[in-house]
Amino acid sequence: MSDKIKKVSIVVSKGSLDGVYPGLIMGNGARMEGIEANIFFTFFGLYAVLKKYMGGIKIATVGNPAMRVPDAKGFPLPTILGALPGMSAFATHMMNKEMDALDIPPIPEFIEMIHDAGGKLYACKATVDMFHLTPDDFCPQVEKVLTVGKFYELAGGGQIIFT
Amino acid sequence: MPNKTLAGTPVDTDDEGYLVNHSQWNKDVAAALAAEEGITLTDGHWKVLDFIDADFKERGAVPGMRRMNKVGNIPTKDLYALFPDGPIKKAAKISGYPKPVSCV
Repeated sequence: MSDKIKKVSIVVSKGSLDGVYPGLIMGNGARMEGIEANIFFTFFGLYAVLKKYMGGIKIATVGNPAMRVPDAKGFPLPTILGALPGMSAFATHMMNKEMDALDIPPIPEFIEMIHDAGGKLYACKATVDMFHLTPDDFCPQVEKVLTVGKFYELAGGGQIIFT
Repeated sequence: MPNKTLAGTPVDTDDEGYLVNHSQWNKDVAAALAAEEGITLTDGHWKVLDFIDADFKERGAVPGMRRMNKVGNIPTKDLYALFPDGPIKKAAKISGYPKPVSCV
């Protein structure tokens, strides 16, 4: 208890629903505990803060051996069925419904909540360059584009969590 | 056995200072709990506390941030301004309800 965490810097590197939410929940949870929070979006994780795509983040139904249907204690979903058109959209719809019932906000609303809570959101420069993105592509809650060096500087004195 | 006296009222609290028995809560107790958190209650605070009270009585749980926003019409920014460094926890404590158990 004496070593209370004062600051966390969370890296969100994956662009699937289950790749994005854990980082957002941890970042928001940090602010709720009075912990300073930075979230750094890199690679496909960056889609969580791209205006045009942030509302359409989906679950991957292929390559996820833990995926079960019709619910978390159902049957394992065979990869070949997961590849059927619409499966990812369907699984995403089901999970969004469960999250809504728990008052976990949709990604765009969650990003706004974390920003309003004083959490700082950053985009990774290498990815921005690689994906040819401009400031216009980002939701307004993104503070700025950072190099990895600058990220470490901001993370100084705190914990770094990679997701 | 009440373990503490707040604003002249004997109250039972848990290890973290949350009231164990809501019937021991009143507005003066709220002000004393707020003072422990370094907060002086204003109308803005009472809007939050009243919503928590009404929502708890209806649903049996302290509302999370999203419910505060959507149902209580209290923006996230206001909550953090009124109850800095842990808005829901602090507001729950001052309203005399248990520590919230939700992650969001």
